[in-house]
Amino acid sequence: MYIVLNKDRMVIEKEQDVVPYRNRVKEFAVKIGMSLVNQTKLITAASELVRNMLKYANGGVTTIEVISKGRENGIRLVFADKGPGIADLNLAMKDGFSTGKSLGLGLPGAKRLSSEFDIQSTVGKGTTVTIIKWKNG
Amino acid sequence: MDRIPILRMGNYLLVTIQVDLYDRLAQNLETDLVQMVSKTGARGVLIDISALSIVDSFMGRIIGNIGSVSKIMDAETVVVGMQPAVAITLIELGLELKGVYTALNVERGMQLLKEKILIDEDETEED
Repeated sequence: MYIVLNKDRMVIEKEQDVVPYRNRVKEFAVKIGMSLVNQTKLITAASELVRNMLKYANGGVTTIEVISKGRENGIRLVFADKGPGIADLNLAMKDGFSTGKSLGLGLPGAKRLSSEFDIQSTVGKGTTVTIIKWKNG
Repeated sequence: MDRIPILRMGNYLLVTIQVDLYDRLAQNLETDLVQMVSKTGARGVLIDISALSIVDSFMGRIIGNIGSVSKIMDAETVVVGMQPAVAITLIELGLELKGVYTALNVERGMQLLKEKILIDEDETEED
């Protein structure tokens, strides 16, 4: 299992929260010495997911953690909302599918940019997305 | 309200995005630019994104929209100065920035716009 080394929590409720949130994720990634390309991938994935949360659930709570597994360090981000939930996760994970007026790249794109990706959703209760980006992953 | 400055230089409009844009600012830029193209009759739009550390699908869509709308208004759009890490991430995300030209830096971007506009003018002369 993972050992959590450092943890922070942020509430996202308006679009102006996106940029400070991205900066916070960047601080964590820089602290563990993640390469610039991986940092950029992580922050882009985070940006997609945080926007999804705002758009479909009017916001939610995010946690940023530094975790370690053996000798590898990484960043784990959790996005939890109490929105409408996703009825068909397989469909939501498909490129180009969107119930909103967007490009439909958010979820599948974030998955491609992450080392590990997990999504749990219950209709009427909300959605929780967890991603991990390993320092060298 | 915050605004991204748009500079006019002859037939061209120049925009340098210096800060990470939040959504409202990006949308304002889109409408401002299109209005400026219409008002000035500019033939080319150059957007410098060298200071952007990330471009997500929202920002990508804004850039794409600017390109498409400008095209309808008879102006070409070129995006310059994308950081290598941003380019790698964009492709993995699945965003190809269709509808806009890209160039490595401002100098090459201006060159590209000049060539595009010259070609256009040649074609109209031949007609």
